[in-house]
Amino acid sequence: MNKDLLYRIDWITLIIYFLLVLFGMINIYSISYENIELSIYDINNSIGKQFWFFIFCLLIGIPIIFLKPSFFDKISFLTYIVCIVLLAGLFVFGSTIKGITAWYKFGPISMQPSEFAKIAVALIISSYLSFIQNDIKNYKTILKIVIITIVPLILILLQPDLGTAIIFIAIIFVLIREGLSINFFLSGIYGIILFLTTLIINPLNTSLILSFGFIILIFFLRNKTKKLKTNIYILTLLISVIYCFSVNYIFNEVFEQRHRDRISIIIGKEVDPQGIGYNINQSKIAIGSGGFLGKGFLNGTQTKGKFVPEQDTDFIFTTISEEWGFLGSASVILLFNFMILRIIYRAEKHSKKFNRIFSYCFASFLGFHFIINIGMTIGLIPTIGIPLPYISYGGSNLLTFSIFLMIYLNLDANRLN
Amino acid sequence: MIKKEYLLAIFIISISLIYLFQLFNLQIFNDDYQLLSESNAIYKKTIYPERGLIYDRNNKLIVANQPSYDLMLIPENLEAFDTLEICSILKIDSNLLLKKINEAKSFSIKLPSIILRQITKEQNALFQEKIWKYPGFFIQKKSLRDYKISIASNLLGYISEVNENEINDQSYYNIGELIGRQGIEKSYEKILRGKKAVKYFQKDRFNRIIGPYKNGIYDTDVEIPKNITLTIDSELQNYGEKLMQNKRGGIVAIEPDSGEVLALITAPSYDSNLLIGRDRSKNFKTLLNDTINKPLFDRGLQAEYSPGSPFKTLIALIGLQENIINNNTKFKCDEGHYYAPGAFMACHNKKGTYNNLLSAIYNSCNTFFAKTYKNIIDSKESPFEGMNMWNSHLKSFGLGDYLGYDLNIGRPGFIPDGNYYNFWYPQKNWGSVTTISNSIGQGEILTTPIQMANFTSAIANRGYYIKPHFVKIKSKKIHDSLYPKKMTSIDPEFFEPVIEGMHKVIEEGTGKIAKIPGLEVCGKTGTAENFIKLNGIKTQLTDHSIFIAFAPKKNPKIALAVFVENGYWGSRWAAPIASLMIEKYMFSTTKRKWLENRMFNGSLEFEYQKPLTNKSFKINE
Repeated sequence: MNKDLLYRIDWITLIIYFLLVLFGMINIYSISYENIELSIYDINNSIGKQFWFFIFCLLIGIPIIFLKPSFFDKISFLTYIVCIVLLAGLFVFGSTIKGITAWYKFGPISMQPSEFAKIAVALIISSYLSFIQNDIKNYKTILKIVIITIVPLILILLQPDLGTAIIFIAIIFVLIREGLSINFFLSGIYGIILFLTTLIINPLNTSLILSFGFIILIFFLRNKTKKLKTNIYILTLLISVIYCFSVNYIFNEVFEQRHRDRISIIIGKEVDPQGIGYNINQSKIAIGSGGFLGKGFLNGTQTKGKFVPEQDTDFIFTTISEEWGFLGSASVILLFNFMILRIIYRAEKHSKKFNRIFSYCFASFLGFHFIINIGMTIGLIPTIGIPLPYISYGGSNLLTFSIFLMIYLNLDANRLN
Repeated sequence: MIKKEYLLAIFIISISLIYLFQLFNLQIFNDDYQLLSESNAIYKKTIYPERGLIYDRNNKLIVANQPSYDLMLIPENLEAFDTLEICSILKIDSNLLLKKINEAKSFSIKLPSIILRQITKEQNALFQEKIWKYPGFFIQKKSLRDYKISIASNLLGYISEVNENEINDQSYYNIGELIGRQGIEKSYEKILRGKKAVKYFQKDRFNRIIGPYKNGIYDTDVEIPKNITLTIDSELQNYGEKLMQNKRGGIVAIEPDSGEVLALITAPSYDSNLLIGRDRSKNFKTLLNDTINKPLFDRGLQAEYSPGSPFKTLIALIGLQENIINNNTKFKCDEGHYYAPGAFMACHNKKGTYNNLLSAIYNSCNTFFAKTYKNIIDSKESPFEGMNMWNSHLKSFGLGDYLGYDLNIGRPGFIPDGNYYNFWYPQKNWGSVTTISNSIGQGEILTTPIQMANFTSAIANRGYYIKPHFVKIKSKKIHDSLYPKKMTSIDPEFFEPVIEGMHKVIEEGTGKIAKIPGLEVCGKTGTAENFIKLNGIKTQLTDHSIFIAFAPKKNPKIALAVFVENGYWGSRWAAPIASLMIEKYMFSTTKRKWLENRMFNGSLEFEYQKPLTNKSFKINE
């Protein structure tokens, strides 16, 4: 054991971690509170469970800090295989909750392997990309990474757990950082914008607007550069128009009704505060009624009345906003921002590729969770059922992101070794 | 182009900024969510204390409360139910029920709406048994007025739901609550109403109450209303109302030494019970639209009549005070007199009669009072000053202005002054002769029955009156500080001769019919000309029958004024009614059943029909 390690640990990130977990427990307490004081040691209520989950996370996590950093690279393949086996095993031994077969049950405790798949994928990608011979600009490398990622992803989609699967899109940020063309990111954004525009307007008008835009763009660029590859632009336009006309088909045939509903509510195509819009409407009421300072701890009327479903897990941000107001909700956003930016900043300082890529994976997963979760509670993103890391109630997610953090701390502290 | 190292950072920061903006918008900029949250999660329960009771001066209960049940619905909790059964219990049409349910839904899905007002006790009992079959429906108990004796409707007033203006003006009231509308119910609203209590409860998403909201820190407590004791004697009031059956007019009776109003009668009136129950608004419309009988018009307080001959007592008092006449002054009457060349005022006294003050009062001699009036007005340097002096004496009797009693309806009446005539005669060529009709209580003068009763009471008190009031103040100290003696401008010694004259009116004058064995009654008859506009033409109707009286002569206990519209001679209707009222009050029973029956059964409907027939008609038959 190295005594210097304690000095080299990124204490600031660790403290933010403790703050977020503590704040999460405060809000879980408020949600489960029903005018009777609760014991945080009592395993029979949510707050007690979350407390013991946290203790368990520390028991698992602290030893990780003291492992040899090279250990993670070595076990990455093994972890990946174990993860695939666990995901596949769900179809035999898994138990189903709300239509999703994602859990192994051991008495009162259940475990969600799709959460741990995030660590496994992060480890294997870090390991694979840090191998000197693998150049990301090479299509073979990209193909291999896609295969590595897609195997667990398909197993997760088969559960079917679209929400958790969507998180794996976060990998794209890692790949771009490591040299993948930024066009992948831009065309992704372009695709989403086009998709929503087509749904809101209609394919024909969207195509016309698009064509008009492209013509102006081509003329504009022609005056500037002589060697313009007009063909590429026309090809892009053609693909875009075909895409536009297939949007309705994708929307109606590929998506399920609940997905369609969630999208329709967000883009304002349907208003139904009692039916399909109930969750998002109640979520906005709870958040909006918090005001600047909030209603105070244990005083949230929406929280007490249990108007918002899944409030201790996916919608915990509504309690924070209701009871702690804009002050509380903005603080959570700022804390997450600070933490993620700090991880990115320190990741860039790594000389070892594995360390950098893994830290980057951590930042990407954390950021993606944060953005999707909060975006859905405040009504900007269609409802996607994923928890808010460190804050939401739930053992598997807390353990996953705790392990992520501990590995990050280990690598960060040992950057010179 | 964006540096790839920064892509994730920029992505996170820019999206976070959008989120912070949205949070600002939801939490700080937009208030809607606060309101939505309240209607969502907080249930406000209002507890109404029962309205204060109203007693008469002998502690007899007049107005109490009775429970009433409204059928309510919270649409959110509604499930499919047996429409036919509920319709047969409540005896309503199923289409109406469905319409009401739809209205409730469009009002609010979470808040209760009234489906059916004031269902009967039996319907309530039947429905309560089966209420479990109808989730969403519930019965709300309300309190309505219960009139133990149906009297004095105009005086008591009524209660009904607040309107939008009242909700806006007074923050206390919410939609659907009750407010006092007229009379005592309105003037004493705050005392009778007390203060409602509001309790807040936390609801859950199934609209169930799960506990007090914030441990009840916003809850308020009930303030129990107080009961009210009226100065009205319900027996006398009831008796007076019977005497006035089928007649129009008003009676006001006052206890002179306290100013307490013993009876306030207006005819025609209505039954208070019409203004409770499910047909309330229909009945109210009928009453309001009856412009011929005007049952909502309180003639005792609001009708302005020419006072007629009783006014002569005041002319006499002013003449004595100003030293214009004394007990021995005599004027000659020749069935009237020429008050100016070519201008004759008739009188029913025989030719060559010499009347002194006493006989002038009991013979009601026009000549005597016309001359006295003329001398009063001419006693100053100009008629303007004379008129103002005359006016200020009358004002000291509470005439020509609101009396300031504790009900908020009334009329000021009218007593002219110098400025008034200057306005109508810009050349100022007016004088005592021009205004001679004032001397006999005609002309420009207008008084209400309560003003008449009040000045009678001032005469009975020999020089002062106490502001009339309708609610009894039990403590004498508080009563006297609230209602101090109001001195008139006439010295007490001048009252005796006038009172003696009024006594003679009963003993041997125009008011003999009002004589009560064993009681010294003082009074004065009146017969006032009156006109209406009929198809644009000023048409004279049969004279009003008027009588003022007080008794006993020494230490008076009751003073009253009676007006019977178009009853002709004062002695024909008003005097017998006044006399019976006094007898009833003083002895609790009446002996002259023949007179009583004549009054009970007498009807003036034929008089009131005359101007409505569109034919020419005779008056003063």
